Order: sequence, then C-alpha cells, then structure tokens
Amino acid sequence: MVVAISPGEVSQLTGVELLAHLYRRAGFGATRDQLEAALSNGYEATLDQLLHPELAPPLEEDLIYRYWPDMKESRQIDPAQSLWVYRMINTQRPLEEKMALFWHQLFATGFAKLNHAKVMTNQVAMLRRNGLSNFRTLLVEISRDPAMIFWLDNHTNTKRVHNENYGRELLELFSMGIGNYTEDDVKNCARAFTGWTLKPTIPAAQPYGRFDWEFEFRSDLHDYGDKTFLGEHGNFDGTDIIDIILRQPPTAQFLATRLYKFFVADVVDQAVVDRLATVATESDYDIRSMLRWLFLSDEFRSEAACYVKVKSPAEHVVGIMRLVEDFTYPRHGIRDIALECRYMGQDVLNPPSVEGWHVGKEWIDTGILVERINFAAGQVGDIDKPGVQKIIGRLRGMGELTPEQLVDACADLLGPLRLNSPTRAALVDFATREGNLLLTPGDRAAEERVGAMLSMIVATREFQLV
Amino acid sequence: MSGNGKSIKPPTLVVLQLTGGNDPLNTIVPYGEGLYYDLRKTVRIAPQEVLPIDARYGFHPAMRAIKPFWDDGKMAIISGVGYPNPNYSHFRSMDIWYTCEQDKIATDGWLGKAVHDIDPKAENVLTAVNFGRGLPRALSLSGVPVASVAQLDTYGLLTSLSSVPQRQSALEVFSCLYDDGWNDQGHTAAGPDSAGPGDEVLRYMGQTGLDAQKGADILRTALGKYQSDVQYPATGLAQSLRGIAQVKFADLGTRVFYTSLFGFDTHATQLPTHAKLWQEVSEAVAAFFADLRAHDEADDVVMLIWSEFGRRVKDNGAGTDHGAGSVAFILGEHVKGGMYGEYPSLKPSDLTLGNLKYTVDFRSTYATLLDQWMHIEPEPIVNGKFEEFAIV
Repeated sequence: MVVAISPGEVSQLTGVELLAHLYRRAGFGATRDQLEAALSNGYEATLDQLLHPELAPPLEEDLIYRYWPDMKESRQIDPAQSLWVYRMINTQRPLEEKMALFWHQLFATGFAKLNHAKVMTNQVAMLRRNGLSNFRTLLVEISRDPAMIFWLDNHTNTKRVHNENYGRELLELFSMGIGNYTEDDVKNCARAFTGWTLKPTIPAAQPYGRFDWEFEFRSDLHDYGDKTFLGEHGNFDGTDIIDIILRQPPTAQFLATRLYKFFVADVVDQAVVDRLATVATESDYDIRSMLRWLFLSDEFRSEAACYVKVKSPAEHVVGIMRLVEDFTYPRHGIRDIALECRYMGQDVLNPPSVEGWHVGKEWIDTGILVERINFAAGQVGDIDKPGVQKIIGRLRGMGELTPEQLVDACADLLGPLRLNSPTRAALVDFATREGNLLLTPGDRAAEERVGAMLSMIVATREFQLV
Repeated sequence: MSGNGKSIKPPTLVVLQLTGGNDPLNTIVPYGEGLYYDLRKTVRIAPQEVLPIDARYGFHPAMRAIKPFWDDGKMAIISGVGYPNPNYSHFRSMDIWYTCEQDKIATDGWLGKAVHDIDPKAENVLTAVNFGRGLPRALSLSGVPVASVAQLDTYGLLTSLSSVPQRQSALEVFSCLYDDGWNDQGHTAAGPDSAGPGDEVLRYMGQTGLDAQKGADILRTALGKYQSDVQYPATGLAQSLRGIAQVKFADLGTRVFYTSLFGFDTHATQLPTHAKLWQEVSEAVAAFFADLRAHDEADDVVMLIWSEFGRRVKDNGAGTDHGAGSVAFILGEHVKGGMYGEYPSLKPSDLTLGNLKYTVDFRSTYATLLDQWMHIEPEPIVNGKFEEFAIV
C-alpha cells in the first residue's frame, strides 16, 4: 500500500510502515519477511529486542576469518572497511551496529592519520561493546582509546608540554559544545589528561610500529597539580573531568540533540530534545533508556518523521544489500560493496575530520547522486538476487498487475516507500509503456520488467531518504 | 602565453596523481653520484640504462616516450618537492597535498577552491571533471559540482538497464522524477508545521539530479564528436587521458581535469613494477599530447604530475619504504623546460631518518600554476604566500 500524503494533517505511523521506519532508523532496514514477523510481535516487543542486542546471536567470527584471514589483523583500510560493512549487512543486532556508527560519527577518528586500520577496528569494537550502555563509560573509554589518543595527539600531552587538542575536542565536539566553557577550562581539561598515552601491545623496535596499541597511564608524565575546571577546584584527572562534564546541563542537551538528529530528523524539535535531555539526566546518561524513550515518543512514530532524513551512504549501501539478501556469507567481492560507501562520500573508518561527516543534504552532490542511483539500481535490477526473487514471488502471487498496481506494489515492497504523487505518476507512465504485467513462472522478460521498475524506484529522490 | 594569433582558449589544467609514493631517485636518476649506488644496492638503475639528461642525472629507461618533452624544452622537473615535517602516511600526506593544510585536518581541496573561483555560481556542471571513481579531496568543496567519470563511454545514469528502449524510457522518466514543478503542490515531507526543511532537501536533490543528467548528456555528446587517428595504448591511464581529450575537444568549458594512477607503493618487486608504471605513464601522456596537437588543442593545456611522497634513500633489498622529497613534473607547450628546485643531497648527514630533505614546497608548484597559468589568486587557495617559479 502506498500512503497518500495530504497536506495539513500529521498522523501516526502504524503497522508495517511503522516497523519499517523503526528498522530503517534503529538498523539498516528489513525485508518484508522480517517486517511481517515483527508485526506479529508488536512494536514495543520489537523495539525491546533491538535495544537488547545481547539476546540475538553474534556474528560467527570464526567463519569470517576462515574465508577472509586478511581481515583478522588488517592494518590496511580496505579489508577493515569490508569487514565492518559485512557486519552491518549480516548482523542480527542491527541497533548495536547502528550505535557503533553513531559513536563513530560523533567521536570521529580517521585512518588517514593513524595509517593503521586495526586500531580503528579495535575502536569500533569498543563502540559496539558500549554503544548502548552509558555516556560516562563511552567518554572514559574513548579518552583511553589508543586510536583517539594518537588522532588527537594526547600521547604528546605531558605535564611539561601540554597539548590541548584532545582536551578541547572533548569539550567542543564530544560532550558539551562550544560556548559552554572558557579557554582556561580547555587548558585545565588538557592538564587532567596528561600522561594518558599509548604503547604497542608487542614490544617493537619502533615505539609506534605497526602493532596494536593499548592504553597506558604514565604517572611520570601526569600533571598532579591543582586544577580549576568549570568552577570546581581539585587535583583532577581525566575521569574527574568527565564526571564534572556530565554534571553540566549543556551535556545532556548535547547528547540529546545528537541522538535526535541521528535517529529522528536533521532539523531539531527543541521540545523533544528537552524531554530527551531530562531522560538523560534522570537515567544518569543511560543510552538504552534514552533510545527507548525516543523510539516510543509520538514524534518518532509520526508520519512527519518518516522519510525526512537523507540516508547516509552506509545506510544506503547496507540497506540495499540487506534488501537483495546478497553477501549473506563471506564471499569474494565484499570489498567492491564496501568501497561503494567511499565513492558515495562516506569512507568508513576514515571520516574527513574530527567533526565527522557533514550530513543531511551535504551527503548529496552530482557525482555522488550518480553513484547512489547506479549502485542501487544495479542491485535491485538483478533479478537473480535472492531478495529480488522474493519480491518477484510476492508480485506473482498478486496475479496480473496494471501499471498502477505494479508501481504501488513495488514501492510497497521496497519500503513501504512513500511516493509523492508526481513521482508515482511518472513511474506509472514508465510502466504503462509496456502495459499490464503477468508474471508466469520462468518468464524472465516479465521478471526483468520488475527489475527495471525496482531500479526506477530506487532512482527516485524519495528513496534517497530514510 | 600563446602568441600565434589564433583565438586563445581559456587555460586548462590536467592533474595526474601518482598514488602510493613514486620513487624520485629511480625516476630522475642521479646516476653520476656514487652515493646513489652506495645506498641503493639492489633497487637501482645502472648508468648504462639511464636516459641521460646531463652527466649527473637521467630518466628512468621506461620514460622513453615522455623524454621528448624534455628534449623539446616543454618539461619542468621539480625536484625535492615536499613540505616541512613530512608525514609518511599515504592518506595523511595526500590530504596535505589536497588541502594545503599541514597542521590541521582540513576538508576543502585546492582544486575545489580553484573551480569555485572560476565558476562561483556553479553554472557549468562540467567545470571540473575527474576520471576515476570517488572524488579526490583535491576537488572537494561544498557547492562545487564535479563529474566523476569511471569510463566515458559507459558514463551516465541507470547504466544497469541493458535494453536500449527501456533505458531510453527510463532516462525520460528520470527527468520527470527530478523535475521540480511538483514541489509547489503542497507536499511537505517534514510535516506541515516545519515549513519544509524536507522540501528544501527535495528541491536541492531535484536540481542535483537534473545537473547530473545534464552533465551525463553533455558528456555523451563529446563521445559522438570525437575523431582521432592517434592510437592510445590499451592501459587504464591511457583510456582516462583519452576521455579527457574527448571532453576537451567538445568544448564543454571544462577547465580542470583530474585522474590518478595507483600502484606506486613499491615496498617490494619495485624494479619491474616501477618500470611498468612509468612506461604506462609515459606512453599515455605522449599519446594524449599527440592527440591534443593533432587537434590543435595543445596550446591551452598544462599538465601537473605529482605523488604524495618519495621513498627511502636506502632500499630494502626488494623495494623501498616510504620517504620524502618527491619529484613533480609540469608539461605543456608553454612550459619553460628545465630543472627547478634543487635535487636533494644524498649525503647521509643531510638525510632525515634516512629520507631526502625537501628543497621546495609543493605549494610553490600550485601557486605557480594558479597564478601564472590559470590566472587565479593563489594565496587564499594554497593558504599563504609561496615563492613561484618562472615556468609558464
């Protein structure tokens, strides 16, 4: 069913449409079979499953490394990206992976400077492990994360020579936002993190050779002097600083805003953010509680929240692969799929700067739009892909289809995707050129027509949204 | 500049990136220096193989096809090109070259800024064309459209639709899908009270989609118009440069072309690999300029060839590790050929961590090209004032 959109009324999403919305935002989309199973469980039970990834089985890593031994310890970015994209496609814990992507965008650390993908993979594993836990845990862990320490130069931050890079970004980009602290606070914050450094896990000839790193606290490099930070005085170290940060009202606002923008809409609804910030404070920054509140809110479940965000390249590529049900086991060619994200402007594990990627409409430019459309059209237009065959099977069960029915049924099975009426009219025009469609078994030409229609629908503007 | 009386077209810059870190010592070989042979025990070019420039330096033997540029005085060799405190990570060093920012991580590319200067309102979707997939950060700047073409003859939208009539219909319908007449009809994806941030995004995507289609349509015309007797080699780089020639000849207003060749990260099996790469570069570039000349289109083209860093002075027995002090080339009809910069010293006491010291900043090369060739104010683009050469 295609939902007609009429101006002036905002109603709540229901049924399959609501569950599809949840799976797109709290994961990477779902097939119709999965949506129907979720529908019988109900929205709240489905949400609680997503919020408790530990209830679902983990990926079989042994299987992955048997087929792709290079991914186990990869120092190069391509196999590390391939491994993560494979995970996103196959995880049965979609929200766990989506949260890893959320934190990766927030605590943006880049391979470019590290030249060592394994430490990025380790960082993402940490984000995956703690993604739904507690903001305090995440801030402490990211401050101790070797990739982050090297990325923002904290290994050169000592009591003799302060390097403010990490201290500043912790306040500006990771927890409070600019305007909520002074330059003196930055200095004292940096002082508290002196001696938070890294060392290689295996002793090497060169101190920062190509082995994994681990966190090391060097008391000889730590500044034990008194510090004044955000109005408090004491002999603070990094964890004390994080505790003080968490007591500041702007921090709850900051986190609520980032979660809202990532999961609900690019443009903030301040009233919702305020209530989400209250949940943050009342739950001591429990991420799971915040997300549960957010996904149960009327605003998230509203039609007005549906298909209003521009899909990130990772959401686009992974969503398509889950839909066509390819790369469900480790096989050759995953690198080409992972690289699509790079071609579309999201080089995962290698964000352009510590600010992360610019989102919203900045995901799209002419070159990137061509990549997005051609990739998606190529996948859904391949009628031999298992997921496409399932769509064809469902259409076959519907008997002879008029052009309108073909468009509506395909849009429904690709989402349900909400098509604006001029888009729908243009697609009906496309379908009408070849008349009614009857899918008799074995008629590949008829199946190719479905492939072409699916290709056209993923080429629409509506499909670029999530 | 061209003074032969015929109409002068606006200057065009073609950039060829040698990705992976080209070995400068085996490119412009200091075969007259004993130190070279002392330090390079295995990965070296014998004196009798070098194509001599003078008694001291000579080209790698695989550069036979490109050497005539030097002989004709149309090649500037810039030795020792780099920047202070060299970074040995490919990606970081490339980013430094792309953005001209060394101390902080920046996102705006120098050519993106140049294109913005040339076409501030983004009126031509083809002011810059990249041959390759994904956009190098050199060309990246918000609001600057760049077409990225993997292959000119298959470039376009919905290329997976194989039947011709079906694709024809699809492209007709595509322009309806992205045409914006309908946004005024009351749809607001973001809900009625948010006054249409959703609409703004949809409108922006509509324009972008039409631009992309227009770019693809215009590029296709280049293919139809092109005729040439010049035989390009069958290599990927040659095909990309042929694509650049085709777009250039079609007069689509493109002022910046970009393409890359991968594989210069020669930690092992360097001798055969490096020779093969330079043969590919030399033959492709020679064919490209032959094509330009045959079409009387060479006068307004200058080509820059660069790599993100050099390689370690001592070899590792099979290849060379990441180093510093790269070599860049500027080629063109109006280039004053010669050696620029200063060939870095190989004396062990002059090396840093076993690497050549840079003698000339890469931003001098950019500033020269922007100022003297493209007639664009270089300082805001290269982030400072850098000495220029008198090359063009």
